[in-house]
Amino acid sequence: MKSITCECGHVNPEGTHLCEKCGRPLTDEDKKQKIVDMKYEGRAIRSKTYNKSIIDKIWNFFSSVKVGVSIIVITLIAAAIGTFLPQVIYVNVTEGEDIKQAYVDNYGTFGKIYYNLGLTDIYSSWWFQTLIGMLAISIIVASLDRGIPLYKSLKNQRVRRHESFMKRQRIFGEREMTSAEADKTLDLTEKKMKELKYNVRREDGVLLAEKGRFARSGPYVNHLGLIIFLFGVMLRLMPGFYVDEDLWIREGETASIPGMEGYYLHSNKFTFETYKKDEQKEEFNQSKAAVNSVAKNYQTDVVLYKAKDNAVAGDTTDLKQVLHHAIKVNEPLKYDGFALYQMDFRLNELKAMNFNLVNKKTGKSLGEVNINLADPKKVYNLDKQTKVELKGYYPTFSGFEDGEPQSESPVPNNPAFIFKMYTPETPKGETSFVAIKQTLEPLGETKYKMQFANIETRNVSGLTIRKDKTLPILALGGIIFMIGVVMGSYWSHRRLWLQKTVDGRLMMAAHTNKNWFSMKKDLDTVTEFAHLPNWVDQQDDDDLKKKQEKEKEGDNTL
Amino acid sequence: MSLIGLSGTLLFIAFIAYLVATLFFGGAIKGTKQDASKSNKKWGKIAITITIIGFIANLGYFITRWIYAGHAPVSNMFEFTTAFGMFVVGAFILIYFIYRLPSLGLFALPIAILIIAYASMFPREVTPLIPALKSYWLYIHVITAAIGESILAISAVAGIIYLLKNIDTSKRTKSSIWLEVVMYAAVLVIGFVIVTSTFRIMGYEADFTYVDKNGAQQEITYNTPALFGMHQYELKSSGKMEPLAEMPAIVNAKKLTTVVWSVLVGTILYGLIRLILRKSISRFIQPLANRANLQLLDEIGYRSVLIGFPVFTLGALIFAMIWAQEAWSRFWGWDPKEVWALITWLFYAAFLHLRLSKGWQGEKSAWLAVIGFVIIMFNLVAVNLIIAGLHSYAG
Ligand code: HEM
Repeated sequence: MKSITCECGHVNPEGTHLCEKCGRPLTDEDKKQKIVDMKYEGRAIRSKTYNKSIIDKIWNFFSSVKVGVSIIVITLIAAAIGTFLPQVIYVNVTEGEDIKQAYVDNYGTFGKIYYNLGLTDIYSSWWFQTLIGMLAISIIVASLDRGIPLYKSLKNQRVRRHESFMKRQRIFGEREMTSAEADKTLDLTEKKMKELKYNVRREDGVLLAEKGRFARSGPYVNHLGLIIFLFGVMLRLMPGFYVDEDLWIREGETASIPGMEGYYLHSNKFTFETYKKDEQKEEFNQSKAAVNSVAKNYQTDVVLYKAKDNAVAGDTTDLKQVLHHAIKVNEPLKYDGFALYQMDFRLNELKAMNFNLVNKKTGKSLGEVNINLADPKKVYNLDKQTKVELKGYYPTFSGFEDGEPQSESPVPNNPAFIFKMYTPETPKGETSFVAIKQTLEPLGETKYKMQFANIETRNVSGLTIRKDKTLPILALGGIIFMIGVVMGSYWSHRRLWLQKTVDGRLMMAAHTNKNWFSMKKDLDTVTEFAHLPNWVDQQDDDDLKKKQEKEKEGDNTL
Repeated sequence: MSLIGLSGTLLFIAFIAYLVATLFFGGAIKGTKQDASKSNKKWGKIAITITIIGFIANLGYFITRWIYAGHAPVSNMFEFTTAFGMFVVGAFILIYFIYRLPSLGLFALPIAILIIAYASMFPREVTPLIPALKSYWLYIHVITAAIGESILAISAVAGIIYLLKNIDTSKRTKSSIWLEVVMYAAVLVIGFVIVTSTFRIMGYEADFTYVDKNGAQQEITYNTPALFGMHQYELKSSGKMEPLAEMPAIVNAKKLTTVVWSVLVGTILYGLIRLILRKSISRFIQPLANRANLQLLDEIGYRSVLIGFPVFTLGALIFAMIWAQEAWSRFWGWDPKEVWALITWLFYAAFLHLRLSKGWQGEKSAWLAVIGFVIIMFNLVAVNLIIAGLHSYAG
């Protein structure tokens, strides 16, 4: 490894711009500059020093802020494109319907192209995930690349800097002074700067007042927070960290909770409420929007049960009640790391149907049959000689196929039945097909019929069951990010150097990493109080020249 | 006076105070010398005092409406946008006390006035809360995000002043044209306000039926003469204008009509202004920016992003995730509104990095700040009204 030996004798590693010890500019280029580049205190940065091996090249690629910003901007644009049309998760398609067709139907050719390009599920695409991964790598590499040298140099700061370092600071001033005058100025400065909450260090004829150094670590802390957050997000892909299940539960039903082993849920009641007129503010009632009633509450009253530890899976005979809860939107039931959310509902699902077994001629009923649609019985006995056999049950009757009744789904939306009715009059039994608004007698005319009496309905709650063990990690990442970003944004690192020279001058130089106007206010206060030399902002008179220069160069600092 | 009536009056007082304060800030930058004269300082003092009085009245509006409604008044377009306008003034006051630059007020207040005027075009009724909105986290999220956005908006104000001073508006260059486009956009907002309030005063209402995307029959009321009709529309009110063209079911022709009306009226207004001024708007208002110090403006722009960015992160991302976890069972769902908050955040992260390590200061930084504001407004206006998601308040 090559090294640079400074005039002061300190040996600096290759790539150093300002001597680590005295601050002298080391390279010819640095010496020519009127204001030194104080980024990372002139320390050697790995990515700026080595560019030979393939590892160097990869390292340099990811540590480049240009690359980092490009990744951020590409991610941003991709994210924006994903909002042109609803993503697949927000498109409702009924079962069997083609999702692509849904896009074509709704959005025409544009929808088709959008779908074919894979933009309808952009955020889970491999390349979007790769972008996020590259962002993470970039943050890690860039932080290590700059953070470590910066930390070292700020920790090992010397109070005395070389004159060439002082003169090349953006804020600089000097004045001839006797030694006694200068000492007095140093004393006064120390006093004032301490009042302004600066840390003051003094050595023989030199002074360094410093404030807010911790702000420099802000970006590194916030990047650490981001990395922890992204790590947490990735952890969810590991089994066991993340559960996401749905449960449809009917009133009065007890169901085992998917993903939550050993737990059972009983739904007492589902409630859907809308605002009554007197609950709304008057001026709303007068408006057009008020014509449609506004939803007020969705709520499922549940009881949570736990099976005994040694219970066989699915055995619900011996359950221990854990708690009662009213699950509402924004008020999930939380237990044992799981959370149950109110997400959806179906009102008035058929629960049971009642029929009377009626003699067609006399109209006399032999009794009532109550059919539980979720769990119909095979035989309904009315008395010794009278019974109804349920030969067939079609929860969602959709018509006949080859003479056979068909059912589309197991949910009782449109139930149909084949009954065989036994009465003292017809001991051999009569067969009848009964659907809503339709009765067929396929095996000949019957004497008796099943006359529809009434229905019972109940509500169904759609719940979502979640467990997310990564949440604490995400929260930690978020908190660290916030601490870091506040540290770096709300404080700035300000320094003032004073130096008494042997030839009877007092030099002052100052630097801040941001907010120069606020720094200058501090300087104005202390200059007046301690009779410091009049300082100038060397960038001011230089501004125009520098601007033109920059445009020519196209800024290749990073 | 009823509480809601008081609330309305307070908002009106705030609105007038901001108008008056703008004039006083104008007085504070009169003269040609770089250093502020004594009289300038006096005008500046009066101006900021009036601004603060207005802001207190504005807060009064917010609090009384909160008490009346029983929930934080950020739950529909009118309420949210008004709150945003109020926070812009608050953010301006904050930055003003750090840097004391009167020209900032001269530009920040008119922007806040425009935002509040825009807000008042939406239905002002107190809407009952749907279940998803009943959460303290939601209010903490919305209010913090709006405060963050408003501080970020101040950087755009500093950016515009910077650009006005730095760009030679007498020449036709890319930057001078874009700057004029920004002015034109502001005039379009005025166009929207004129159109909406004119037809509102006239009490224009035309009822239509139409067939929606799912084939269901729906009703809709236009408050401006319909330029575009909804899918298979039928005009129900008599004596009202028939639409000029019918739109497919995925387009909300009512909103489209409002947009086209605003652009029409705004453009005519812009033309009139140009005729009267006989020069571009940016050239006309350029003198207002002439006395500001470019370096100071640049620092204000950067500083307000530095102050606003953490607040925005907290409100628009972190609190939003906490609320989403409570309400929707997942802290992130790639809902358009969420995605646009993320985009805004990424944009300002890019802004900070470009500034820090690519040296994008001065004009480039000013443009970025203006673009950032455009993204925020897009998020507020377009995402809410066009790209409807879970968050979309009724428009
Ligand atoms: C969305 C992701 C990111 C966020 C939110 C973020 C946030 C920040 C913030 C707030 C600062 C301080 C800026 C200032 O004080 O003006 C900063 C500085 C910085 N960031 Fe990032 N960053 C992100 C990604 C990256 C990436 C991908 C890189 C990689 C190249 C990177 C490299 C840096 C560097 C080198 C600094 C300067 C540190 C210093 O001043 O010592 N950041 N970042």
